[in-house]
Amino acid sequence: MRSVTHALGAPIVLLKHVCKRFGDVEVLKDISLEVAKGETICIIGPSGSGKSTILRCINGLVPVTSGSIKVDGVEVNDPKLDTLALRRKVGIVFQQYNLFPHKTALQNVMMAPVTVLKQDKAEVEARALKLLDKVRLAGKESSYPGELSGGQQQRVAIARSLAMNPLLMLFDEVTAALDPETKKEVLVTIRELAAEGMTCILVTHEMSFAREVADHVYFTDAGVIVEHGAPDEILQHPKEPRTRAFLEQVL
Amino acid sequence: MARTHAETGSPAGAAAFLLVPNGPLRAGIDARAVIAVALVFLASTAVGAATATEGTRSALEVIWTWSPLLLWGFLFNLFISAAAMLIGTAAGVPLGVLQTSDLGPVRWLAWLVTQFFRNSPWLVLLFLCVFLIPYRFTVLGYTVLLPDWSKAILGFALPVMANVSEIVRGAIQSVPTGQWESSASLGFNRRQTLAQIILPQCYKRMLPPWMNLYSLITMSTVNASVVGVSEMITLTNEVLAAEGSRPALLAPLYGFALVCFFLYCYPIARWTQALERRFNVRG
Repeated sequence: MRSVTHALGAPIVLLKHVCKRFGDVEVLKDISLEVAKGETICIIGPSGSGKSTILRCINGLVPVTSGSIKVDGVEVNDPKLDTLALRRKVGIVFQQYNLFPHKTALQNVMMAPVTVLKQDKAEVEARALKLLDKVRLAGKESSYPGELSGGQQQRVAIARSLAMNPLLMLFDEVTAALDPETKKEVLVTIRELAAEGMTCILVTHEMSFAREVADHVYFTDAGVIVEHGAPDEILQHPKEPRTRAFLEQVL
Repeated sequence: MARTHAETGSPAGAAAFLLVPNGPLRAGIDARAVIAVALVFLASTAVGAATATEGTRSALEVIWTWSPLLLWGFLFNLFISAAAMLIGTAAGVPLGVLQTSDLGPVRWLAWLVTQFFRNSPWLVLLFLCVFLIPYRFTVLGYTVLLPDWSKAILGFALPVMANVSEIVRGAIQSVPTGQWESSASLGFNRRQTLAQIILPQCYKRMLPPWMNLYSLITMSTVNASVVGVSEMITLTNEVLAAEGSRPALLAPLYGFALVCFFLYCYPIARWTQALERRFNVRG
């Protein structure tokens, strides 16, 4: 069980007492969690419980109100934060794919390394082709996002994030907009990534998938972590009535 | 913008007024419009011909004789509109981008400039430019002469700038926020995001309203006649005077100008509509 490393390995992501409010609305209340290198954690919970906000705080898209977030030892909640350095380490994939519609699949994958990291174009292209092959999109390099299915677009988005060679991948309900068949293609890709040792944080509604890939599951509701533990513990034998009520609804 | 002709009371001017209300280039213009303009023109020349008396030339002959000059004037209108569009767009694009700046004061100032010039009557801006800008400058010992037409171009460029600014702002804000989020997540800074992700997605959205604006500015260049620029309507007035100011020539001569503008602007309007339809289908 990799959950042993959970206790031992130095955490790659460490949240301590994170609070976030949007105006009067307290979205996150005292969130603490840690993720070790190579670990896959899943965050589950009802809509509006702040799951996506946690991910957006980790890569600095949303500034936190108080508390501390450390990614690879660097404090994210710091006005002097080197945003680019953080974004290089943290890849994120969104529910709505957010591919660049005016660029081909290959260009989507190549753009950030070429523009942001100023890497050599030929080198980046070779890497991008490999990544597209890895997410099973060989042959679709010159297709535009509008010509691809949702599942294919989502896999391009995963390849696009991987092109930055991140330490950590965040997945924000990446299969929520997909039909069951294309959903599977995307889940297979994520499973392979996790198996290769990529550190992954998933916000998901796929309970069976969470049970299969996660080393650790967090259940959040109304901005707090209600309980967390090994997937079987949380998903099969939840202690908290709120977790039980949620699982009864979705299973 | 043909209101000035309507005020002269000429039938062709009145027809021009009917054809150029706000946003005339959008809905409901079809082949009937072409026929209507042709009829106005033919009817006005026919009236001119019928009322022609012995020893005077018919309206068609007059138009034929003067057409090189009048068409030269028309070309000048097109030149003014193109130059105004060029300058206005060059200034309006950055202004529109500044309207979306994340710096409050910058955004506010760009908004103020845009709203000021967008909500001023075009003719007033033209007057201000033509009468307030000196006709010659001396810079470093060199004297630069500014003819009226160059000041008129600036007068038309100001409203173009403000309208382009709004077109750009609207287009930028119509790009889904997910594009900004994913760009930021990949490490793009604001400038890179705008230049490589957002603006390239805006061109398509901006083209139809920009072409619409071009049509409007082309038609409004006849306003330059009020400040004496030798464009088509100024020349038409001079031709009328040279022909003895015969009332029978009013309608055919202004009708000729109307037809020229119509034949130029109408295809642009149709093209704009076609582009809008195409972009809507593709999303």
